[in-house]
Order: sequence, then structure tokens, then C-alpha cells
Amino acid sequence: MPATSVPRNLDVDRLLSHHRLMWRIRAFEEAALQANTEKLVLGAIHPSIGQEGIAVGVCSNLNRDDILSSTHRGHGHTLAKGADAGAMMRELLGREGGTSHGKGGSMHIADFTVGMLGANGVVAANIHITAGAAHAIKLRGENRVACSIFGDGAINRGPFLEGLNWAKVFELPALFVCEDNGFASTTRTAAMTGGPGPAARAEALGVPAVEVDGNDVLAVDEATREAVVAIRAGGGPRFIVAKTYRLTGHTASDPAAYRPKDEVDAAWRDDPIARLAQTLADAGVKGMTLAENERVAKDEMDGVYADAKAAPWPPLSRGYEDVQDAGDPRQGAF
Amino acid sequence: MATLTYAEAGKQALAEEMRRDPLVWAVGEDLGRGGVFGQYKGMVEEFGPLRISDAPISEAAILGSAVGAAMTGTRPVVEMRFADFALCAVDELINQAAKARYMFGGQTKVPLVVREPMGMWRSSAAQHSQSLEGWYTHIPGLVVVCPSTPADNKGLLKTAIRSDDPVVYFEHKNIWGLEGEVPDGDVTIPFGVARTAREGRDITIVSWSATVHAATKAAETLAGDGIEAEVIDLRTLWPWDREAVFASVAKTGRLIVAHEAVQVGGFGAEVAATVGEHCFKMLKAPVRRLGSPRVPIAYAPPLEDMLRITPDKIADAARALVKS
Repeated sequence: MPATSVPRNLDVDRLLSHHRLMWRIRAFEEAALQANTEKLVLGAIHPSIGQEGIAVGVCSNLNRDDILSSTHRGHGHTLAKGADAGAMMRELLGREGGTSHGKGGSMHIADFTVGMLGANGVVAANIHITAGAAHAIKLRGENRVACSIFGDGAINRGPFLEGLNWAKVFELPALFVCEDNGFASTTRTAAMTGGPGPAARAEALGVPAVEVDGNDVLAVDEATREAVVAIRAGGGPRFIVAKTYRLTGHTASDPAAYRPKDEVDAAWRDDPIARLAQTLADAGVKGMTLAENERVAKDEMDGVYADAKAAPWPPLSRGYEDVQDAGDPRQGAF
Repeated sequence: MATLTYAEAGKQALAEEMRRDPLVWAVGEDLGRGGVFGQYKGMVEEFGPLRISDAPISEAAILGSAVGAAMTGTRPVVEMRFADFALCAVDELINQAAKARYMFGGQTKVPLVVREPMGMWRSSAAQHSQSLEGWYTHIPGLVVVCPSTPADNKGLLKTAIRSDDPVVYFEHKNIWGLEGEVPDGDVTIPFGVARTAREGRDITIVSWSATVHAATKAAETLAGDGIEAEVIDLRTLWPWDREAVFASVAKTGRLIVAHEAVQVGGFGAEVAATVGEHCFKMLKAPVRRLGSPRVPIAYAPPLEDMLRITPDKIADAARALVKS
């Protein structure tokens, strides 16, 4: 197994923090899959197992007041931005106390208190939202960054062109991250994509782009750090393509039989958490410490799942809340 | 009171709101040179290009980025140039702007105004003439506004900009130059309150946007025949002033709903059905809808005119209902 890229002055504490967070994301996804198996998650969920290095590498360079928007496969990004795992799991189960009071589910998790402007059920839609958040930041004269993480399927939708062009034209403080797992839903993206790919498309719009190994959390961390420094210095938008592989199906109920076993086995040997563990072990971190990170994360998410199962359904009155002020459905027989 | 055109009244509303609130800004194609209809003329000189912002011809990005900007503490006013072109941004309006507050459990609101110049404008044909306001009333989360006069365009646009809801704001292209008295100062008009454009006892004509003027002309003609028509301008379609319509129908017992949009599935159907449900026993005659035939809008003037809801068509329908 290739370990992660190792800088000369390895910040072991930072990497241990990454390791803990990657395990928290994986344990959350495993608990969510368990909930799906137990039929307590009724809608579709899209696990990010295998892609944790990108969520952690990117978000560890964002401040709490920086903006993030995500996709249908957004649990990892949302946790990495600092959202509460308990509220997220309650949302997956459609319970009171969920991030959206059970009105959104997995694809509409948001936590505005940590600048997380929402997962999104429409591929590429979050690109425009992030461009606009960056626009607001610029208008308000703030030194914040707005980041959008989207999949490789998004590069064939209009917002990839329109949103990146927008960010470039207005020189906005926006970071775009393509989490390239090779599949657009269940179809290989390469089979449906003309030209040399996402980085070249961004460069053609004048947005500087870099490609990184998304399963190497240090490489993602470093590429994001450089991009965010440039953006905060007023350098306009940046684009990162992070190559990865989703180790599960598109959804929890997709057996992903369209992928050969040896390809999946090879991808497991490239597991970003194991690669980081190897780097840490090489740096002298004890196996016990690493195992403890895993155990603590699993215990936490077991507790989160148990808590969500015990939470009540939202009261029916919730269904009529938060529609609109003018013409509020609670004001009349609408 | 000052006499302003419909376009000038909209500009005055936006300018006053931008002076009042530094977080209000406008973005759209060609705004820097005043907008395609001159409705932003001179504004960039006062507010600068950051707040009166040009945009690429990217309707989806204009609207989609405005959603993000609205969720990040600003109050964007987006110009769609033609209501027809806003269809390039349907996901951004329907799936994002209208849904964000609800699907995120009330964590955010989307204070956004989408200006959509609507309606027939001589020989603009099928892609520059549509009246699609009824579509948007079907979408929970949206407010739909259709002003018919300069005063309403000012007062309602100010309310729209101050609203925390996403507002689809339809200005009719054919009345940009219409002049009218506009109250001085900070006068706003609440959503959901209809205006009685003319009082009458024999028949109620409900309308909105430019068709209100056809209805008023029809009422003047009808008065010559001894028929007193009451003309109600809904001003906003969501929320809409059901009580005003019910009260008028209680008085007249007859109702015509007239609009420029295609009749089938138009908002007139909603008004007619609601009156049918609530006022059935008050009705002396069947409710009548007047809308465009279900055909695209043609280029040649005679073909285009054939689709218009004219004062004559409204007056004829009213006479027939009063006789029945």
C-alpha cells in the first residue's frame, strides 16, 4: 500500500486529528448503512466510504465562518465542516432534532451555524450557490472563502461552466473541488465526457486547477492550503480535482455489480484511512493510538445511532412550518 | 405625488431600497448600460458596478448565485431580461430558491427578487412574449407579484425587496411607458391586498398586470350600456386576496377572470375554482375565464392580436353574463 505523501516536517498532531475525523466519517457512514439495513433510513443515502480524505483534507483548511456547499454524497463534508453528528443522524432517520427537523433527510443536511449551506439533491446545483456565497462575501468586503465540493458527474452540467465562469469574471473568493470517483451515478464518467477532463475545462475558463490524489489526505490538505491562501490573498477562484474511488455503491441499495471485483479490491488496498495510518505508523505513532481513534469513532457513532433511533417523529405541525412568510400555509385554507 | 412611468417607478423603488440598505444589490445582463428596457438607467453611476452588476448571459448562474448570495446575508435583485429566459434557471428558482428554507428546516431564508419582464410586446413572437405567472403560483415557497400601475410597481417592488421570501416579480413589457401618479416617499404596498380599480354592482372582473387596463376600458364601455362592472386588480397572485374577490362576488353575483396567459391551467382557473367552492350560492351566472388560446404567440400583428384579451372581448363576455 502506498502511504500518503510525507512532507519533511510531518505535523503528527494534525495528521492524528485527520485520522480521527476520517474514522468519524467512516463510522458515521457505517452506522447509516446499518440504519438502512434495519429500514430506519427510508430514503436514498449515498455513502462516502473511501472518499474521507477529500472531506478532511479540504475542510481542515476552512474556518468555521467559511462557506461550504455539498452534494447528495455529503455526510463526510458536513461532518468535516463541524456539523453535529447526532443531529445529522436524526435527520437521516427523519426524526425531531434532525438538522432540518426531519424535513430534508440525507440529501438536504445543512448546518448554517458552521457555514454548511447544504447538501443538494441536484447534481452541480451547489456550484452556483457557492459562487453566489463568494459573491456576497466580496460585496460585504469579508475575508472568507466559499467552497463547493461536487462529483465528477457535475462537470457535464451547465453550472460547472456557468458557475466557474461567474467566479472568474467577478474574481470571487471561491474554491471548487471536484471529488472525482470515476462514476457519475452508476456510469463511468469517462465514457460520458468529452475532452481531457475537469482540470482542463477549468483552466480554459481561466481558473487555475490542480489534480491531486484524493486518497492521500496530506496531498489534499496541502493543495487546499495553497489554494485557500491564494484565494484569501484576492487571487480569485481555484479548482482542485481530487481523484478517489467510492468503496460502496452509488446508494446504500446499489450492489455496484457494474464494477469488477479486482477493481474494487485494488481500491480497498488504496483506502485513504489505511494509507494515513501507515504514514503515522512510519512516523512512530503506536498502533494502539490508531486503534483507539477507530474505536472511539465507532463508539461515538453507535451512540449517535442509538440516540437517533430513540428520537420521536417530528410533530405534524412541522410540516407546515418554514414554507414562506407571505402566503404562509398556516394562515389560511391553502 | 409625482408622475412617473411604470419603468421609472420600478427604478425609483430599487434606488430607494439600495440607499436604505447596503446589502441590496442588482445583477443581470446589460444592467450597466441601464437594462434592455432602460429600467436601470443611470443607476450604475450612483451605486457603482459592484451593486448594479452586469452579468454574463448565464441565467442559471445569475439566479443560482443569487440564491447563494441571499443565503449569505445579502438581498439580491436579479434581472431575467425576459420571463421566457428565466426558464433557463428553473432548477435554481424552483428546486433551490423555493425549497431551501423548508428543506433546511428553517435554518435559512432566501430573500431574493427575480424580475421577469412578461407578456406580449409587439411582434416579439413565441420566445419573448409569454405570461407564465400562473406556473409559479403552483410552487410552495414563492411569492408571485404582477403590478399593473406605476404606483403599484414602486410600492410592490419595495415590499418585494424587503421580503425574506423569494419573490417572482413580473413587470409587463407593454406598459413600461405607462404614466401614473406615484406617491412620494417610502410607500410600500403589502402582498395579498387587491386594489379595486373601479367599483360596480353588476359584474366583477378580476385581473392583474396589463390586462387590468383592458378590463378598465371594458368597464367604461359597459357603463355606456348601463352595466356597472367592478374591476379588481389582484396585484399579487401568491398570496392573493380571496376576501376581496369573495366580497365583490357577493355584491355582483357574476365573475369574469381575465388574463393574458394561456387560459388552460392559468391562474384564472384557481380564482374560478375557489369562487366556485366558496361562493356558489352567490353566483347568478357561471364563472367565465378569459385567457389566451392554447397556442404559442405569433409574430405577425394580426395573428398576435387574435390572441390578446382586449376590452371588446371582456365587454362582450360581460354582456353575455349579465343577460344570462
